[in-house]
Amino acid sequence: MAEKIKVAVAGNPNVGKTTIFNALTGARQKIGNWPGVTVEKKEGTKKHKGHVLEIVDLPGTYSLSAYSADEVVARDYIIDEKPDVVVQVLDSTNLERNLYLTSQLLEMGTNLVLALNMSDRAEMRGDDIDIPRLESLLGVSAIKTVANEGGGIEALLDSIVSKTESNPPKPHEIGYGKTVEEKICALEDILGNDTELTKHYPARWMAVKLLEGDENVLSKLSSSNIEGKVQNYLSGFDNEEYEVEMADKRYEFIGALLPQVCTTCAEDVSPSDMVDKVVTNKYLGIPIFLSLMWGMFELTFALGTPFMGLIGKFFGWLGGAVAANIESAWLASLLGDGIIAGVCSVLLFVPNIFILFFAIALLENSGYMARAAFIMDKLMYKMGLQGKSFIPMLMGFGCSVPAIMATRTLEDEKDRLITMLVTPFMSCGARLPVYILLAGTFFGREAGSVIFGLYVLGILVAILSAKLFRTFIAKGQPSPFIMELPPYTRPSLVNSLLYMWNQGYLYLKKVGTVIIGGVMLVWVLAYFPQGVEYGSAESLIGSLGQLIEPLVAPLGFDWKIAVALIFGVVAKEIVVGSLGTLYGTGGGESLSPALLADPSFSPAIALGLMVFTLLYVPCFGAVAVIKKETGSWKWMFFQAAYSTAVAWVLALVTVLVANLVL
Amino acid sequence: MNNKTLNMLDAGQNARVIQVKGKGPSRRRLLEMGMLPGVGLSVTKKAPLGDPVDFKLKGYNLSLRKQEAQMVVVEVTGGVK
Repeated sequence: MAEKIKVAVAGNPNVGKTTIFNALTGARQKIGNWPGVTVEKKEGTKKHKGHVLEIVDLPGTYSLSAYSADEVVARDYIIDEKPDVVVQVLDSTNLERNLYLTSQLLEMGTNLVLALNMSDRAEMRGDDIDIPRLESLLGVSAIKTVANEGGGIEALLDSIVSKTESNPPKPHEIGYGKTVEEKICALEDILGNDTELTKHYPARWMAVKLLEGDENVLSKLSSSNIEGKVQNYLSGFDNEEYEVEMADKRYEFIGALLPQVCTTCAEDVSPSDMVDKVVTNKYLGIPIFLSLMWGMFELTFALGTPFMGLIGKFFGWLGGAVAANIESAWLASLLGDGIIAGVCSVLLFVPNIFILFFAIALLENSGYMARAAFIMDKLMYKMGLQGKSFIPMLMGFGCSVPAIMATRTLEDEKDRLITMLVTPFMSCGARLPVYILLAGTFFGREAGSVIFGLYVLGILVAILSAKLFRTFIAKGQPSPFIMELPPYTRPSLVNSLLYMWNQGYLYLKKVGTVIIGGVMLVWVLAYFPQGVEYGSAESLIGSLGQLIEPLVAPLGFDWKIAVALIFGVVAKEIVVGSLGTLYGTGGGESLSPALLADPSFSPAIALGLMVFTLLYVPCFGAVAVIKKETGSWKWMFFQAAYSTAVAWVLALVTVLVANLVL
Repeated sequence: MNNKTLNMLDAGQNARVIQVKGKGPSRRRLLEMGMLPGVGLSVTKKAPLGDPVDFKLKGYNLSLRKQEAQMVVVEVTGGVK
């Protein structure tokens, strides 16, 4: 039987950790959540020389203090799950700061393999890293890798396997100097009274963390009878005094190590700094940022449209075939008007959404995303957010669900809450079908500008809402901005494709369940009571629409639109599917002429409907994720009510203004 | 006195850290990122809107909002203004 080896991959953000993980596991990945918290967990397996490696990707962290949920997750995994081997991925061109995490991993007594990634860059720069010396000084294995070209991956796998065959190391001790060491000893003595606890966590490590004022470790003591004693001891002095000393000693340890293993470690102006001279330039930075965003959306549409044509044609053919070959009228209607039309309306936009996720992955992997946060921070700060909130908001253009999940990178609870509440205003991919249909139908050649305008409106509403929330709900200052600008890298195609697939898959899963269910419900309501004309005012759906029509009548929306909007809550792309169903045209290309022919539709109403669709209550999926991530029904209902109210008011304004202008 | 806080520097100036003031997690994070007494750094650039500011220290780029930069007391060691 093959022996199982538990491997955890750790490392600073932006060092190629994901690339290494992808190279180690290939495409066989399982994406889930870490229990209890909302940090994404990626797992994969790899067979290597008769062993089965179960590999877990830990969140990227600079340190293992409890600064953010990511760090707590990484640390708890190492402590609680006791992986057989921890692989730390390091940026070879930036060893000093990367080794800070190494020093903490060593203190925890992990069985450590270092993957010195981007070693090609370091060598090109003239750095010469003495691997054997590094290994013997730290008691670890070290492998040079060039992950985006697959270099060193085999050697890394060999090293992981052979590491399990050697004796486990004893925790590495960093000397913190006399005063701190005395405190550590005293704390170790107290902790030693609870053998249950020290069996689980190394006593010295806990003592060090307690001295650093680590609340997460303190909370681990809550069920222990020594908690009082520890509290008592810690209250006897101000431990912030020792923070400098402890960080300093760790860097001192690294400083003593580095010259022995790395001869050069040059610090010239890096190529990234040269690029940044242009990309973050005072005058060029913002125009470049805007053109990149604009280019990303142009690309999404330009590349997506031919696919849309193909998918539309295929379902058109399928619908025709069904109508021609199935005799039972209701079954033909269910299949044709319901399922095929519904599936088509949704699948039509999958190419766009995949391309958008791909573009976001490229920006993220190249290192530009951090620049975007850097450039946007001041503006975001003024609006009560911070530069990092920008990234989830940008992802919101793809899908609100992963975007809201991405707010987990925000350390501050208030920042996070506000970002979650406003992210749904960023126009997600699912709203795009509605724009494409309506703008394409009523604005012809101007459709692109109209759609761009909607995206801008979404951003403005998000920003103003954030300001409002910061003033009235989550009062206070946005959290500190302490962020690395990573070196630019050529984005890896495999990584970007995998990211696109993983995120796109989440979307498809949603399509497969919630959305198709919603579309079938629409069909049922539109077909019954038996005998009425499909989707007419006499059908169930017609009655429902007429019931709520007065609510949207001021906006100029008729009952059909009202119905489409109700079902759009299931998922916004259903607005198109339901319109297709209600107009009896199915999805695809025949809906446009039907809309143009309907006298109750006009360009002004189309604009209003697009604005309403952009802003009103986000889809079930997003609402559910807000509930899950905020952990409160209150915020979920608040978001739903707030966004719908904003949508109603702005759609009304839009229609009124458009009637004057158009 | 030649001591300033980091937010007062201009792009191109070099400085050495003297002290990191303040309390709590931001300070700990700054320390962990290598912003320690004695460490040399330079100001590489400011964001187009003037804030945050990007510094080079220990061979990498760290960006701080001026508010956080204010926590770091430095002495200017040279460089072009």
